[in-house]
Amino acid sequence: MKRYCRQVVLALLGAWLLGVSLHSVAFDIEAMPTPAQQKRYDALIHELRCMQCQNQSIADSPVGLAEDLRRDVREQIIAGKSDAEIRESMVARYGNVILFRPPFEPSTAWVWLAPFVLLLVGVVVAVRIVRQRTSMVAEDDSIVNDETQR
Amino acid sequence: MSRFLIPAAIFLALAGVLYVAVVHSPNKSTMQSALLGKPVPEFSLPVLGNPGLTLTKAQLAGRPWVMNVWGTWCAACRDEHQTLLDIAGQNVLPLVGLNWKDEDDAALEWLRQLGNPYSVVAVDRDGRTAIDFGVYGAPETFFVDADGRVQYRHVGAMTAEVWQREFLSRLPRGGLP
Repeated sequence: MKRYCRQVVLALLGAWLLGVSLHSVAFDIEAMPTPAQQKRYDALIHELRCMQCQNQSIADSPVGLAEDLRRDVREQIIAGKSDAEIRESMVARYGNVILFRPPFEPSTAWVWLAPFVLLLVGVVVAVRIVRQRTSMVAEDDSIVNDETQR
Repeated sequence: MSRFLIPAAIFLALAGVLYVAVVHSPNKSTMQSALLGKPVPEFSLPVLGNPGLTLTKAQLAGRPWVMNVWGTWCAACRDEHQTLLDIAGQNVLPLVGLNWKDEDDAALEWLRQLGNPYSVVAVDRDGRTAIDFGVYGAPETFFVDADGRVQYRHVGAMTAEVWQREFLSRLPRGGLP
């Protein structure tokens, strides 16, 4: 009985892994003519957001729009456009939000600065807590000293 | 007292940020078009039901027009269809359809069954023109002024209220020439 249990679990696990791996190759990332172009293509499609499914890149998404945007990137690379020009053309049509790494501009400054501000707040809070505890320990010591002296 | 001051200040700051964010995006899936104030992208597309004809940006220049992006695969497009028919009945602005990644037969059948609100429908079978317009989901509706500039983009089903507030209000005072 126990033995069967294990086999069933293994079979299920195998099926699940197969399903997962099949799912990840359910759509083809199209090949580029040269390895250099392929490298640029792979990098670019990972930094562009699929606007329909906003937390995925166009490399990770099987939806139609992501496919069309990958085609757009592919065609622009083959047409001899630079990475910067391709990013610019995407921003011109979809706005900064299509870039996972938006440029530093007045409208996007908070995106870049907020983590550091939050970190600073965290440090201040941590320092205060540590100071408070240290002073409490010091007070305790003085009590102990008082006790022993008595 | 000061124990609560800092957490309260942080809470208020965070609440402020979130409030601003919420107010500025009435619908979380709605993004402002990157094309606002910019010229409509160039396009040259076959006309639905008349593939020998071509629709270009130049043919529409000189007066304001509205472009509605739709497809028979899009559920919200069915929801807004009656509103589009009502709008077409007002006869104020030409409604240009952009049939996005669809089949001609299905699109024609849709218009036969539900009625045709469009002055003309351009066929964007492979979705290139939609990308140039920054379309990320159907339906989307654009208001283009007489100078050929995008003045507004509505994402999601059109409603009478949105039409009144965001489209009709953008017409020049005194109506059209």
